[in-house]
Amino acid sequence: MLPLIGIFIVVAGFALRLNPLLVVATAAIATGLAAGHALVDVVSSFGKAFIDSRSVAVVWLALPVIGLLERAGLKERARTVIARIHVATTGRLLLAYLAVRQLTSALGLTSLGGHPQMVRPLIAPMAEAAAENHWGELSEETRNRIRAHAAAVDNIGLFFGEDIFIAIGSILLIRGFLDQSGIHVEPSALALWAIPTAVCAFIVHGTRLLLLDRSLKLACERDHDRGAAADAAGDA
Amino acid sequence: MITLDFVFILMGLMMAGIAIVNLRDRTSAKRYNNAAFWGIYATTFLVGSHLPNFVNGTLVIAMVLIVAVGKLRGAPAEGTTRVDREASAARWGNKLFIPALTIPAVTLLGTLTLKRIHLGGVALIDAKQVTLISLGFGIAVALIVGLVMLRPPVTAPIVEARRLMDAVSWAAVLPQMLAALGAMFTLAGVGPLVAGIIQRWIPLDTALIVVVAYTVGMALFTSIMGNALAAFPVMTAGIGLPLIVHRFGGDVVIMAAVGMLSGYSGTLITPMAANFNIVPAALLELPDSNAVIKAQIPTAILLLVANTAIMYFFVYRK
Repeated sequence: MLPLIGIFIVVAGFALRLNPLLVVATAAIATGLAAGHALVDVVSSFGKAFIDSRSVAVVWLALPVIGLLERAGLKERARTVIARIHVATTGRLLLAYLAVRQLTSALGLTSLGGHPQMVRPLIAPMAEAAAENHWGELSEETRNRIRAHAAAVDNIGLFFGEDIFIAIGSILLIRGFLDQSGIHVEPSALALWAIPTAVCAFIVHGTRLLLLDRSLKLACERDHDRGAAADAAGDA
Repeated sequence: MITLDFVFILMGLMMAGIAIVNLRDRTSAKRYNNAAFWGIYATTFLVGSHLPNFVNGTLVIAMVLIVAVGKLRGAPAEGTTRVDREASAARWGNKLFIPALTIPAVTLLGTLTLKRIHLGGVALIDAKQVTLISLGFGIAVALIVGLVMLRPPVTAPIVEARRLMDAVSWAAVLPQMLAALGAMFTLAGVGPLVAGIIQRWIPLDTALIVVVAYTVGMALFTSIMGNALAAFPVMTAGIGLPLIVHRFGGDVVIMAAVGMLSGYSGTLITPMAANFNIVPAALLELPDSNAVIKAQIPTAILLLVANTAIMYFFVYRK
């Protein structure tokens, strides 16, 4: 039971809102020690795992390009473009991105999307601008809500698209694991059975995105009423 | 042969540049902390593959201590005003999208072609890493296109990268830290312990309960581990194979494929999946670090229900 201490440290640390980096590192070291390994070995395997997983950080390489373009007005341009497309609402725009993200991921093109290279410079500003066009100025709260949804669409499109591609990590892992248990399965059969869930994901999240439009409209009207009431109180 | 190390060198150089920009910023009260943090991170990319594991572990602990004890400063103010940027946007028009779209275009092209290129009988690139290497190329080409087109001051890319990187701050390192935690869990045998607890405490005696225990177990254990790939072997060895497949005669392909997808619901609801949930909240400068998770919870729950239904209705049909 002692090695489970790491799980408790993580849960307690996140609940107490301590710095996650500190919480996770502490949990890792504590787990290794609780399992009876020497401190030097624990620090070594910790270091090795950190180095071995450097590839997750490669997306940050896009930041010089994104920053350079932001400096030249990329976000502002994205807003102008979306303002000209009158049918584009926040929900419809995100729905279109969900479809593109699912389809490209299903073809194995997972790095075409992503938060640094697509969501921050393009999708989020466009989703905000679409809301501004239809429902006027946005409160900080509403703006943040739209941004969170833009990030969420990228995740959901990726997760429920990539498993349709036969050479993705998760399919290779399933195959490797079952091979070790003496069961041979075809990657194409695994990929095929990812399709029903992918369709459900598009229907469920797509519906939520279309409902988001209605909810954003109401939120904007409420914010404006509140703003107008505050102005009136100021005049009196 | 070009391997992932080529991309890591680029990462290391960028992080080193960010450390230097921080160090030279006299307006920042925490400039030494930020510089040390990104400087150590740069070291792990530049020479990490050649250092002993223990030294790497110590470097990582040093980064954690800088954040926990010394604290980092967040993003500096933007160097340009909104008026400047709107004027620039009006001037460049849709051409501004060219460098941004160069990244996916070159990545796509590289993914499709680089594997096939051989020079003197040796593959040009490491085929296993073709996507990430292509992404590295795509970004490099996009940067050159951007520099040629916009002709900004030479330091602009790294100064802007620093602005964005300091906005993300320590959250940028969290995904790797969580991967290290996962490795420690494996080392300590946490997975079999959890599977043992589930088997001991839940009455797994009907075909439906076994499916529910497996799909919900995948989602919950994924939310603890932060990664469905880490939860899959544990839950499948504990419940999927012995109970769904062997005892109740379920189909192994449907069990495995839908089981993995059930885990993704767990990924959508946990701060432990930092690169999907916490990092974008930082990148989009959201005050609530759980805002992305909150947007995803309803979808995650509905899809877990859908996956459980899909598995129950199809896994036992032969």
